[in-house]
Amino acid sequence: MNATDNAFIIICSALVMFMTPGLALFYGGLVRSKNVLSTIMHSFVLLGLASIVWAVVGYTLSFGSDIGGLIGGFDFAFLSGVGMTTEGSPADNLPHLTFMAFQCMFAVITPALISGAFAERMKFSGFLLFSTLWIVAVYAPMCHWVWGGGWMGEMGALDFAGGAVVHMSSAAAALACAVLLGKRKGYGKTAFIPHNLPMTVLGAGILWFGWFGFNAGSALAADGNAANAFVTTHMATAAALLSWLAAEWMHEGKPTTLGAASGAVAGLVAITPAAGFVNPMNAILIGLGAGVICYGGIMLKNKFGYDDSLDVVGIHGVGGTWGALATGIFATEGAKGLLYGNPGQLWIQFVSVVATWAFCFIMTLIIFKVVDAVVGLRASEEDEVRGLDVSLHSETGYQI
Amino acid sequence: MKKVEIITRTFKLDDIKVALTDLGIQGMTVTEVKGFGRQGGHKEVYRGAEYQVDFVPKIKIEIIIDDAQVREVVEAARAAAFTGHVGDGKIFVYPVDEAVRIRTSETGDEAI
Repeated sequence: MNATDNAFIIICSALVMFMTPGLALFYGGLVRSKNVLSTIMHSFVLLGLASIVWAVVGYTLSFGSDIGGLIGGFDFAFLSGVGMTTEGSPADNLPHLTFMAFQCMFAVITPALISGAFAERMKFSGFLLFSTLWIVAVYAPMCHWVWGGGWMGEMGALDFAGGAVVHMSSAAAALACAVLLGKRKGYGKTAFIPHNLPMTVLGAGILWFGWFGFNAGSALAADGNAANAFVTTHMATAAALLSWLAAEWMHEGKPTTLGAASGAVAGLVAITPAAGFVNPMNAILIGLGAGVICYGGIMLKNKFGYDDSLDVVGIHGVGGTWGALATGIFATEGAKGLLYGNPGQLWIQFVSVVATWAFCFIMTLIIFKVVDAVVGLRASEEDEVRGLDVSLHSETGYQI
Repeated sequence: MKKVEIITRTFKLDDIKVALTDLGIQGMTVTEVKGFGRQGGHKEVYRGAEYQVDFVPKIKIEIIIDDAQVREVVEAARAAAFTGHVGDGKIFVYPVDEAVRIRTSETGDEAI
């Protein structure tokens, strides 16, 4: 065990934990005031639910002994054999518990990301069951494929901190949910104006802060690789903030705070798979691309007519895909991409993108159908019109 | 007695208050309201999605005055609220039957 690495990763785990309440604020500000609590709850309750699911079966399905490259075995069910020493730890410099805790925070925020797609119309009971099944049947396999010794990692796909595992997977699920759940009542006729953009910008700032733990921590050591991931994360995010702002300034005539916040998140998403593999200047290029490409990505829903309420597909899906492919282009630290004489890497990245989208989209469709049949997923029309805060939780966000 | 109701741009509130207090007006009630007239609403854009916002924020100022003051009060308020652009708002004058000061039971002009 390396004490320095252990201290660093424990702190990074706490940073990643902080991203989930940050996401709750980011999403909470974007909905109408009658749904602020239900939207915040979708993220916050997962700090409880996903953590327990992770400890019981999620961790072992992700990091237990490999079965056919597809899933982990039950060796670590109920955290048995996950202790204070490095015994059994996938990272031999860290206590097994530290590694498990760091990964736990990723399992918490990933299903929370999906909730942006079904905000303002999802039944809470259905949401809890859906999220539980999704962690078990989608997140855990994806995590195993990429980081737990599964086929995608073995194939050589590069995903430093979760472009596929976290962002593309949640975006594919978001797309499936938005299509199956249908549009919010009044979509296209009434205005869905964000009720508290300062809350959203604060949330984006917290995400940015927590993301340093997410990406630099994914080096799994307090070393130069972590330092590089920290800098590439910051630079790509800075560049994406500016390029989204520039894109909308030219396209719509005004730069907006929501654009700045969205651009920053797009940059964070795009650099996630690449953070440890690229240098800071290429990170800036990835970020510049992310802001413009994701700004285009949010237009997709208008073109195809699905109601992805808070643009999970446009930002996490498009940004995650761009990041995965960009990793295959710009990788130069510890792996080589297209620009550094290894065009094969881009093909491997492409395969991982297609497989991730296909697997997560189809599995989510199945889970959605099952949960919808058992407990139902769409809130009643009356509940939706009154607002989910009062109808599902018997409380309101603001008393005036 | 007359009630004068001024509905106009929010940023003109201070100018109007000063203009009216200069005329000796001793009280007023101000409400933040939303509405539209010939100005219509305005456009807001969130992540590339345009929304037409029909109801524009305005302020409504209500004062009760003696009949003799109506002409100068209305003109002072109009001048203070004036920008010359569509959306300056409206001033309405209504008759008032009675006024009662709750603390002293005074009525009529004595109460305002």
